[in-house]
Amino acid sequence: MAMRKPAQPTTSRSRAWRWFHRFGSPAYFYFFAGRWAPRFGHLAVAFFLAGLYFGLVVAPPDYQMGDSYRIIFIHVPSAWMSMFIYVVMAVSAGIGLVWRIKLSHAVARSCAPVGAAFTFCALVTGALWGKPTWGTYWIWDARLTSELVLLFLYVGYMALLAALDDWKTGSRAGAVLALVGLVNIPIIHYSVEWWNTLHQGATITKLGRPSIDIRMLVPLLIMFAAVNFYFLAAMLNRVRCELLDQERRTRWVQEVVNG
Amino acid sequence: MMRASRKRRLVIAGVLVTGVSVAVLLTLLALRENINLFYSPSQVVAGEVVEGSYFRIGGMVVDGSVRRNPDDLQVSFDLTDTAETVTVHYSGILPDLFREGQGIVALGRLEDHGFRADQVLAKHDENYMPPEVSEALKAANRQPYAPAATGGGS
Repeated sequence: MAMRKPAQPTTSRSRAWRWFHRFGSPAYFYFFAGRWAPRFGHLAVAFFLAGLYFGLVVAPPDYQMGDSYRIIFIHVPSAWMSMFIYVVMAVSAGIGLVWRIKLSHAVARSCAPVGAAFTFCALVTGALWGKPTWGTYWIWDARLTSELVLLFLYVGYMALLAALDDWKTGSRAGAVLALVGLVNIPIIHYSVEWWNTLHQGATITKLGRPSIDIRMLVPLLIMFAAVNFYFLAAMLNRVRCELLDQERRTRWVQEVVNG
Repeated sequence: MMRASRKRRLVIAGVLVTGVSVAVLLTLLALRENINLFYSPSQVVAGEVVEGSYFRIGGMVVDGSVRRNPDDLQVSFDLTDTAETVTVHYSGILPDLFREGQGIVALGRLEDHGFRADQVLAKHDENYMPPEVSEALKAANRQPYAPAATGGGS
């Protein structure tokens, strides 16, 4: 057991708590992420290829939109990830803020660029689909506007981190912003129910009668798996970089760098 | 261990999230109607729209109500929310998904003889199915899908 502080009062603490502490140590997590990031990356590539094949080649066209509906295989997983990653980022930043855990801040900082990329992707694919379907690229309805606000939140979070030279100060300030922005997530999700919008309601999370043909749903679920694996791979790689940078004066980093 | 300060930070974070949520909730409640993208025909008939204002109206195109002028791009149709109906006049190219029974959103203003639209957008529903399934549903005449394509097919 490579515990960094063996003198910790572990008597009253469970094994799970000790494991949690070890897992949260930057050195341990660096090597853990190094093992798992490539695996998730390979899974992501495999699922992307399968999802795109089934989505673009095998799945039948839509009765109204023809082939243009196929953009949902990119758009819906991207939109879902844009919200999911924000929640991961905000919760992680909040844990870092309260418990002063360096790894949590590193995870939060690493989520932001990935989430911003998915948000951008959702907005662009939505606009490209909107023109042939609705007749316009953009409309200021509640769903589109709140998703755009999400992009600004990601960009604002990253800008704040970059503006503050000190890593810890930046992480804490960013955590406050991330927590404030958390309120936007339920607004995005329920915008199509609370207000009337041009954007249609939920298809998959809707209970009751089926809204999507099974041959279209399967590729969509494969793409969901793909984007999740991609997120894990990209995020873990970024966490490794953050940890190396933050722990550069410690012995384990010196050992990693000098071989 | 800094138990007390940790607890204090947790409370601050909790108050922050709750406070912002309440503030945003109150703002959204105050703005309630204004965030809606369009008015329904019922709201328009009830006079909820300020006279002479430029606004959006949304609803379903009534079956068999589309009248095209053979000489130009003039088209008019009835828009309903099942309770009230408003006649919409438009001059221009309609989106591909425009058809009878389909939801649309039109931007324009009220005139004496109905709603004069400058822009018509098609509203897509959340249903995705292949053409043969749609055909089968139509043939069986028991469409569980709300705004199905009853007018011309594609």
